[in-house]
Amino acid sequence: MSVEVQTETVAAEQTVTVAETEKDARPIALQVRDLNFYYGKSHALHDISLNFPERSVTGMIGPSGCGKSTLLRVLNRMYDLYPGQKATGEVIFDGQNILATGVDLNVLRSRIGMVFQKPTPFPMSIYDNIAFGIRLHERVSRSEMDGRVEDALRRVALWSEVQDRLSSSATAMSGGQQQRLCIARTIAVRPEVILLDEPTSALDPVSTARIEELLDELKTEFTIAIVTHNMQQAARCADQVAFFYMGKLIEVDSTARMFTTPREQQTQDYITGRFG
Amino acid sequence: MATSRSLLRSDRSASLLLRRKITDRMATGLSWLAMLIVVCVLGSILWTLVKNGLAGLSINLFTHSMAAPGQNGGLANAIMGSLLQTGLAILLGTPAGLLTGIYLAEYGANNVLARTVRFVSDMLLSAPSILIGLFIYMVLVAPLGHFSGYAGSLALAILAMPIVVRTTEDMLYLVPVAMREAGIALGAPKWRVILFICLRAARGGILTGVLLAVARVAGETAPLLFTSLGNSEWSVDMNRPMASLPVAIYQYAGSAYQDWMQQAWTGALLVTLGVLVINIVVRVGTRGGRT
Amino acid sequence: MEISARQPLPATKKNHPAGGVRTADPFFRMLVMATGIGVLVVLGAIIGVMAVGGWKAFAVFGPEFLISAVWNPVTQHFGAAAPVFGTIVSSAMALVVAVPLAFGTAFWLAALAPPAAAAFIGMAVQLLAAVPSIIFGMWGFFVVVPLVAHYVQPTARHLFGHVPGLSALVAGAPFGTGLFTASLILAIMITPSITAVMRDVFVSMPTVLRESAYGLGATRWEVMRNVVLPWSRQGVIGAVVLGMGRAMGETMAVTFVIGDSNHIGWSLFAPANTIASLIALEFPESAAGSLKLASLMALGAILMAISFLTLWFSRWLLARGQKAAGD
Repeated sequence: MSVEVQTETVAAEQTVTVAETEKDARPIALQVRDLNFYYGKSHALHDISLNFPERSVTGMIGPSGCGKSTLLRVLNRMYDLYPGQKATGEVIFDGQNILATGVDLNVLRSRIGMVFQKPTPFPMSIYDNIAFGIRLHERVSRSEMDGRVEDALRRVALWSEVQDRLSSSATAMSGGQQQRLCIARTIAVRPEVILLDEPTSALDPVSTARIEELLDELKTEFTIAIVTHNMQQAARCADQVAFFYMGKLIEVDSTARMFTTPREQQTQDYITGRFG
Repeated sequence: MATSRSLLRSDRSASLLLRRKITDRMATGLSWLAMLIVVCVLGSILWTLVKNGLAGLSINLFTHSMAAPGQNGGLANAIMGSLLQTGLAILLGTPAGLLTGIYLAEYGANNVLARTVRFVSDMLLSAPSILIGLFIYMVLVAPLGHFSGYAGSLALAILAMPIVVRTTEDMLYLVPVAMREAGIALGAPKWRVILFICLRAARGGILTGVLLAVARVAGETAPLLFTSLGNSEWSVDMNRPMASLPVAIYQYAGSAYQDWMQQAWTGALLVTLGVLVINIVVRVGTRGGRT
Repeated sequence: MEISARQPLPATKKNHPAGGVRTADPFFRMLVMATGIGVLVVLGAIIGVMAVGGWKAFAVFGPEFLISAVWNPVTQHFGAAAPVFGTIVSSAMALVVAVPLAFGTAFWLAALAPPAAAAFIGMAVQLLAAVPSIIFGMWGFFVVVPLVAHYVQPTARHLFGHVPGLSALVAGAPFGTGLFTASLILAIMITPSITAVMRDVFVSMPTVLRESAYGLGATRWEVMRNVVLPWSRQGVIGAVVLGMGRAMGETMAVTFVIGDSNHIGWSLFAPANTIASLIALEFPESAAGSLKLASLMALGAILMAISFLTLWFSRWLLARGQKAAGD
């Protein structure tokens, strides 16, 4: 085993240099600096510093309760809904610290969208599910709205499946369709960053594969942060991977290097399935 | 906003954002207003009761029975009557409610009879209470030819029972299946498991229901008007017309006499305090429990 | 979830071994079942007694009883229209006030309140629901009636008294008692129960759904208006209908402030009667076996029919709403 790792190290080192130059070339969309997070008195995240490069996929992995979902909920300040939850440190987005008081959360969330573990179609028609978010932030004409809805549905490859029943209820769709609808709803608002919280954990393998394909296309335009339990998914989709354990960021690196030559023992234990 | 630079992107409309914010502020402002109105109404009711009722609070009130205006009467017979009628109503309504609740939770499964009983019990829970009084008048008072404390208690019992049914059923569902299975595994018959294990485990919740039933019926006036009628003299004979606090308040509040009015307010203060204290104890005790 | 909870024990076997200590089981089963059936018997008896007691009124007046607005003990002529009108109008007006009040409070409790305040105010709402109705009657008579007589009705007359079409709504002497005041008191009485049901429906919405709406950048009001309300539509309507059922059956609070007049008119401020208040006021003066008593019983039967129909409708809506939420 150890011999194998050693031989792979050599190969990996070469790819790392490529990855690093690539990483350096990309501007940073979101920059987390010395972030600490508290659920009441419980200290959930410890001194997290992490960069999310523009138009790439950052995978966040780690055992349950390691804080990866918590970090995601800090990035669009979803935690603000719950009194008693508190974040310190900085998250820089578009030149501003979004953790500061006075940041307009409605605007922030229109620029940093989120997709949840379970599909969350609103109790309205398929069309209105997409139009809802657009209407919040933009004044668009009826025909323009039709175009925006169609465009969003096309991009998640849902258009051909639902174009004849746009006015029927979104809750009647299959789970995989619902999740793609939720992604369409998020991108229709034209955010810059999309946060995905285990978006495929409630889906069957076929639907999962379609969403993963989708991520590959979406990253040409959006900065993506995805939390996943599924190591293969992280390996397939992510450009860089961050490993969390017990509220700490243990290691972050390019996907190739993370899965071949992790620097930390804990990371290696986790990705080889020794715990978690 | 306090930030130096807005996060608003140039392709977005600032005026739309402003309009949304204003709408949100207005809606949440109205929501605050609604909440404040509700709280103020409660405050106003309590303040009115305390302001008008406190002055009449004296030993005399508890030691003397109702009397003609100016005769220095009290409310002792009405208080006693309320205690007796409420007490008997609970004694009658609780076992009936308990057994029905047990039937619904433990035996009814979800068959047609159980669903009907559950539905009818819920109907009775919200039925106009004056109709219950009218009903008891027709089946008990009219045939016997006289009003009585028994009739009043029975009317109140019909109102108390559905509350006990509801809480008993709900509380029995909360008893873990493992606890029943453990009892049955010991070879105990089902009725023993229900009465001595499940009911015991659920007794806190059921007591809550009984207390809420007390609070509900203690303040009822309408069902007593045509059943126990009221009585201005001291009487503990449940077979005769019997006074009660709510009915006494009703009689006195509509009068033109200063001292009767005063006693009506004081009586109202007593009833309300009693009812609210029971409610507070129950709700604080069960931390957010609901009827 | 609900279904599995409803079957806590394996179904009772039909051929239970009747040995030793177990002989009491069938007896106990019969006992609880009989008590349950007793509940049905009580409701059946109430309906039967009302129908039989009121039969005479229908026999004497025929269907005209329902549409006649005359209530005259002297000429022995009785009709249900005036109190039925009063019942429906006062309940409907009560809803006009109570629904926004309850919705606003429920919105506050579910979405705006700091947790500690929500618990405290939630308790206050529950306490308001527990205040006996006679207390609302007294409070209404001594606090609200003077306000309506001195301020509300004169202001309304000042504003609308000369507007064609509206002047009739505010006509009449400013007694303070009447439909408007009764509706106001009823509104305050039913607001807490509507609030409680609405709040429960609102908070039962899955958190992820709420978070996704916020995640798109929606404001609290937009989340409530566009996601929570459509999601909980049936429950909200159920809560409102439940409140209406309560309002129609309410007796003591109304009796204090409605003004006791069997008259149908346009004025919102005119004295009137509801079925319940008329029964409370006139029953003590009715001789056993009289036509008046029969008419009151017939009114009771009508009230029962109306309130049970609304209660049934609200339960149905709430149950459907719950089922939809479970999907």
